[in-house]
Amino acid sequence: MSGLLALLRRDIALALQLGGGGGIGIGFFVLCVVLVPLGVGPEGGTLARIAAGMLWIAALLAALLSLDRLFQADYEDGSLDQFMLSPMPLEQIVLVKAIAHWLTTGLPMVIAAPVLGVMLNLPVDVLPVLIAGMAIGTPALSLVGAIGAAITVGVRRGGLLLSILVLPLYIPTLIFGARAVENALLALDPVPALALTAAITLVSAAMAPFAAAAALRINAQ
Amino acid sequence: MELVVQDLQCRRGGRLVLDGTGFTVPGGRAAVVRGPNGAGKSTLLRALAGILPISDGSVRLGDITLTGDRSGYQEQVAYAGHLDAVKPALTVGQNLGIWAGIHGAKSGRVAEALGHFGIEHISDRPAAQCSAGQKRRLGLARLMVLDRPLWLLDEPTVSLDTASSELVSDLVRRHCAGGGIALVATHIDLGLSDAEVIEVTPVQPRRIESSDDADFLAGDWT
Repeated sequence: MSGLLALLRRDIALALQLGGGGGIGIGFFVLCVVLVPLGVGPEGGTLARIAAGMLWIAALLAALLSLDRLFQADYEDGSLDQFMLSPMPLEQIVLVKAIAHWLTTGLPMVIAAPVLGVMLNLPVDVLPVLIAGMAIGTPALSLVGAIGAAITVGVRRGGLLLSILVLPLYIPTLIFGARAVENALLALDPVPALALTAAITLVSAAMAPFAAAAALRINAQ
Repeated sequence: MELVVQDLQCRRGGRLVLDGTGFTVPGGRAAVVRGPNGAGKSTLLRALAGILPISDGSVRLGDITLTGDRSGYQEQVAYAGHLDAVKPALTVGQNLGIWAGIHGAKSGRVAEALGHFGIEHISDRPAAQCSAGQKRRLGLARLMVLDRPLWLLDEPTVSLDTASSELVSDLVRRHCAGGGIALVATHIDLGLSDAEVIEVTPVQPRRIESSDDADFLAGDWT
């Protein structure tokens, strides 16, 4: 247990360092969404209509930005070899690293989302659904992303390949996360969409550590 | 506890790198792995660390086999490769402290390890500002923090000066005196006079011995 916390603290500390990628994700997310009214125009009805989709698309892209360093840095400096000999199973290490990625990338986006939602003219009573959807949906971005990051770990400039591998796998989260807000806007029940978003996160939490650890073992050769 | 390697066969990218490697190192002994560049010394050590899968043969440490219980085996192994696993953004002390934390080692060991390698005075310095030799010493200090019986050291003295190389041989001697086993791939004389020598020779591509054999060509080999 103390080993888990040591690894979690390490990854968070490294992400918050200059060039660690922690601040990049949230900065990109905010900028992306701020650009939308400039491109689409300030008409309130249009903005509210596309707000959920825009927020989610920006979140997917922002999560991708820092994913390529999730295992790459450890691979390049030999830490990955040491992880394989550590008393923790590699699957557990993957899970902890994905959690650290979410805490430094996903969580700030969850916190910023309602502010940006207001900016995009979302009604205030819809914001709780947006926050809930982001909170239960964004962990899947880090978890599924970990699989892609593990597969591309030995590839130079693998970030581009990673985007192409991972973005299609983000589609279910995008659909149901945005759908929940849309339903709330139309005064329909958002819970089924939220439940499906949660289901995707749970399935990725169960599968991603094993898939990513297997990919890392192959790439460590 | 002894390390027994039998008929070890290893492939990298489909190419046979080790074939029929076998040796025994009893507990409390060091072994020096020698061989020309590209002979497979690093491959041997990575295979013995369980990082590289072995395609044939057996590796046994005490009564644990690598193929039977990989995680149990790997918990006996400390590996120091060409890369030091040092994070430039963290300080020297933090770098070592993290590995102590991950392995659940006592924090007193960190200070002791930094002291042995003479880097305790730069404990607060970011590793990015350390020289190559200091980073290497920091990487080797991890061996002292982890309490593992089998050490696999791949060229541990690269970028170290004579005095620091002496520290490494001291450490290996102390480890062996405590009953541990150390395998060191090195080109220089570490002064481990009673160490066994494991020669690694490049694998020659196998020739088909009877290529003109009519039966062979007729499909007898299928």
